[in-house]
Amino acid sequence: MKFLLVEDNPDLAQAVVSRLRLDGHVIDHAEKLDDASAFVSTGEYDLILLDIMLPDGDGRDFLKQQRARGLDTPVIVLTARSQVSDRVGSLDLGADDYLTKPFDHAELEARCRAVLRRRSGSSKTRVELGGIVFDPVAGSLSVRGTPVTLRNRELRLLELFLNARGQVFSKQKLADRLFSYENDVSENAIEVYVGRLRKHLEHSDLTITTMRGLGYRLDQNE
Amino acid sequence: MRYLVVLILTLLTSSAAAQNWEDRRVFNPEGRTSLRIISSTDTAFFAPLIDAFVATEPDVSVEYLVTGTTDLDQRFRDAPQSFDIAISSAMDLQLKLTNDGYALRLDGIAHPAWAQWRQSLFAFTSEPAVIVLNREAFEGRPIPRSRQALIEALRARPEVFRGRVGTYDVRQSGLGYLFATQDSRASETFWRLMEVIGSLNAQLYCCSGEMISDLTEGRIVVAYNVLGSYAAARAKYQDHIEIVMPSDFPTTMMRTALVSRRTKSPEAARRFLAHLVAYQSTETEDAPALPPLEGSEKGAIRGTIALEPALMTYLDTLKRARFLAEWENALIQK
Amino acid sequence: MNNARVSGSLRNRLVLTLLGGAALLALLLVLAVRSHAIQVAQEGQDNILLASATSILDSAAIRDGSVQVDIPYAAFSMLSTPADDRLFYAVFQDGQFLSGYAGLELAQAGGDLGPEFRAGHLQGAPVRIIEASRTIIGTEGRRDIQLLLAQTQDALSETLDRISRDAALFGGGFFLLAALLSLAATKATIGPLSRLTASVTRRGPQDLRPFQSAVPREMAPLVTSLNSLMGRLNQTLSQSEDFIAEAAHRVRTPLATVRSRAEATLQRVEKEENREAVRAMIKAIDESSRAAGQLLDHAMITFRADHLERNEIDLAVLVRELTERLAPIADMRDLSLHVKGDPRVQMTGDQILLQNALRNLIDNAMKYGPAESVIEITVTAAPHPQVTIRDHGPGFPADEIETLTSRFKRGRNAAHTIGSGLGLTIALDVATAHGGAIALHNHPEGGACVTLSF
Repeated sequence: MKFLLVEDNPDLAQAVVSRLRLDGHVIDHAEKLDDASAFVSTGEYDLILLDIMLPDGDGRDFLKQQRARGLDTPVIVLTARSQVSDRVGSLDLGADDYLTKPFDHAELEARCRAVLRRRSGSSKTRVELGGIVFDPVAGSLSVRGTPVTLRNRELRLLELFLNARGQVFSKQKLADRLFSYENDVSENAIEVYVGRLRKHLEHSDLTITTMRGLGYRLDQNE
Repeated sequence: MRYLVVLILTLLTSSAAAQNWEDRRVFNPEGRTSLRIISSTDTAFFAPLIDAFVATEPDVSVEYLVTGTTDLDQRFRDAPQSFDIAISSAMDLQLKLTNDGYALRLDGIAHPAWAQWRQSLFAFTSEPAVIVLNREAFEGRPIPRSRQALIEALRARPEVFRGRVGTYDVRQSGLGYLFATQDSRASETFWRLMEVIGSLNAQLYCCSGEMISDLTEGRIVVAYNVLGSYAAARAKYQDHIEIVMPSDFPTTMMRTALVSRRTKSPEAARRFLAHLVAYQSTETEDAPALPPLEGSEKGAIRGTIALEPALMTYLDTLKRARFLAEWENALIQK
Repeated sequence: MNNARVSGSLRNRLVLTLLGGAALLALLLVLAVRSHAIQVAQEGQDNILLASATSILDSAAIRDGSVQVDIPYAAFSMLSTPADDRLFYAVFQDGQFLSGYAGLELAQAGGDLGPEFRAGHLQGAPVRIIEASRTIIGTEGRRDIQLLLAQTQDALSETLDRISRDAALFGGGFFLLAALLSLAATKATIGPLSRLTASVTRRGPQDLRPFQSAVPREMAPLVTSLNSLMGRLNQTLSQSEDFIAEAAHRVRTPLATVRSRAEATLQRVEKEENREAVRAMIKAIDESSRAAGQLLDHAMITFRADHLERNEIDLAVLVRELTERLAPIADMRDLSLHVKGDPRVQMTGDQILLQNALRNLIDNAMKYGPAESVIEITVTAAPHPQVTIRDHGPGFPADEIETLTSRFKRGRNAAHTIGSGLGLTIALDVATAHGGAIALHNHPEGGACVTLSF
């Protein structure tokens, strides 16, 4: 997906950009509102991440203007202060959600997903492959026409595999991505989720291959 | 012989005893508390009242002693501790006794202000001084109804009246003195009358009773300034007696009673006085009662001698001497 | 709440002073009236005594060589009083007793001196005495006639008593009136003060606007100081709130930066033991960040609890909005948040504090709830507004339930999870600030149950 990040703090910007790219998304970075306006007018974005305190103005004013001009793209506001007034004000002005800095990437990802799911109209991110139709935004999967309900982690697991087809993911890596470093997750948990995903994909042409000692890989059957 | 001695002795002692008082009577002798009353009123007039009292107070015995007003005053001053109650018609002497501190203040006896003094001296009758005449002496002539009329009547026929007009010897009778002095205040008529009576060889009496007796028996035909009540009592049975209230001014005295400061039975004495006052305000049909007190809340009836310190005026030695000198001058003529 | 130290009372002081003054005045009035009355009454008696004495002396004459005093009847008649006062008199000629009461003694020498009044005692009773004299000239020379006239004072006393009684009644009436007026005056004076107090009390805890209503001149300095105090307080408050928010941000920003760098490192590092180290580092950073966040939450709550905002809040709506906001995060961990209960739950409270407490509790539940489980949030209105959060985790250790809410305590079950344990403390503080309570217990079918009631 295509993201626009409007953020003047270089460290934070760098972290968000590299992480999103790692997840397989395309992301543009503007450090000033002027640059942001330019980006918005030339490109079509799936989601805009907008900081409030920018060197050349208040992000909320920018949002107000853009919405007035008819910009429909979902916006998540990044606010440094957790004042209620800041948050509520932003939502009133047309933001879809907000994140209080500093935020962790998992929350960012979760909120982006939630916002996109809410706003999904187009299905330009749909993936059709091997008998499945997968829409990561809507979070929907259908196998040979039959809709399948996926849990969040199952969804993310599938998305991971689909984004890096042919790549081998070690259990650790999967654990890191799915479980946010919080709990000491046993390796069993990964096995369980992989097992579940395998089950869902039973009737499709896709299989998850176990590479002993290395990890898992999503393969398409010939 | 022995009996004769005893008899004479008894008579002597009783008469000696009787000589001290005009009258002496004990009511309810068994009573443990005794009240000794010294009075100038005849027992007959007081007896019903005292009987009524001891009937309600069987515990009290009443000793009633009678003497003349001057003597009463003297005896009382000499021995106030030996009498409980003093009742007299001499208002002036009674008032002076009260002023001099001999009377006990009594609470709780409701009585009009003009009929009592210092809650110590209580008036209980209204008795006018009257002129008593023998009708026969005025056969066919108008009965004089005023002092002035009397003066003219006496002057008209001195021969009828010479030596046959009587009045009080004011030197001896306290009541007589009172009447005379009050009369003299009222107008000059008094002195002219006295002169007229004096010129007719007036008969002087110490007491009302004697005067009236002489009148009824014909020794005198006019008695001036007699106590009306006495006269009325007697006149009831005598047709030829005429009682005249002088129309020019009717000098009226009030009989008064007081309780001695030195009484040994203050409660009983107070109750007697309360009874006396109450008795005199109700009408009784029986025996010669004393005339009641007459007046309204505004005051006593017209002519009543006022119960006030001014009564002491004529008791002043100088004043009295002067009055008596004048009186003697008028009445006792060469 | 700090109650002021009370020493005396303005109202009482005013009332007492006024009443005291009124009482004093009334007393002075009574005394003045009485002493004046005594004087007047005595003059009255003296005048009559003088008239009487004069009439007696007028009647003195020499007749036939001797002195005659013809006391007029009126002389004693005029001395009658309603109290039947006794009278005593004595007439002297050149100091020699002539007539009257023998025991009386002259105080003056003779001559044509003016009449003299004095007080005395006769027969145990207090009397007013007048001594007057007259010189009469006869053929044989001058004669001094002295008269001593005395009268008891029963009538005078009675009059004085009556006047005293009336004066006392007047004094009493005056005092009562003065008392009523004092009370009215006090009320009128204290009134503005009471009104100001009411106006101050009526204000909400956040209302630090200056007082606009007019006050009496004497109160102006007080109101001015009050307004400037509130201005300073207002400034301090907003500064403090800003400070806390600012502190929050400043602590968490560098932590976030380090975390993202650590995440990036984790992507690059292959060696397992290095990965372990980085993972541990990230975990430590997360704990610090959460701890910092909770500490600052707690600071803010403590700060806010003192001047709690009391607004009309629908607790059900608040919970729903909160769960909507937290849904993405719950989803992330495959947890679902179920809200049930009454559709509308009205209460008065501070929205920010309530959100804070509930967020912390739900956060706790998400931490302890196992993957793919449900967290049930029940909001009810009766008998009083309350929220119950139930997870399907291991529940509270039975012996620790009492102490869990004291600061910084983590239960045994929390050994493997991140969090400083302030979540329950925060919730307890918010509950207490609203006059409510928090209850912990284990659900009979498993899981921990936290109930916040108001």
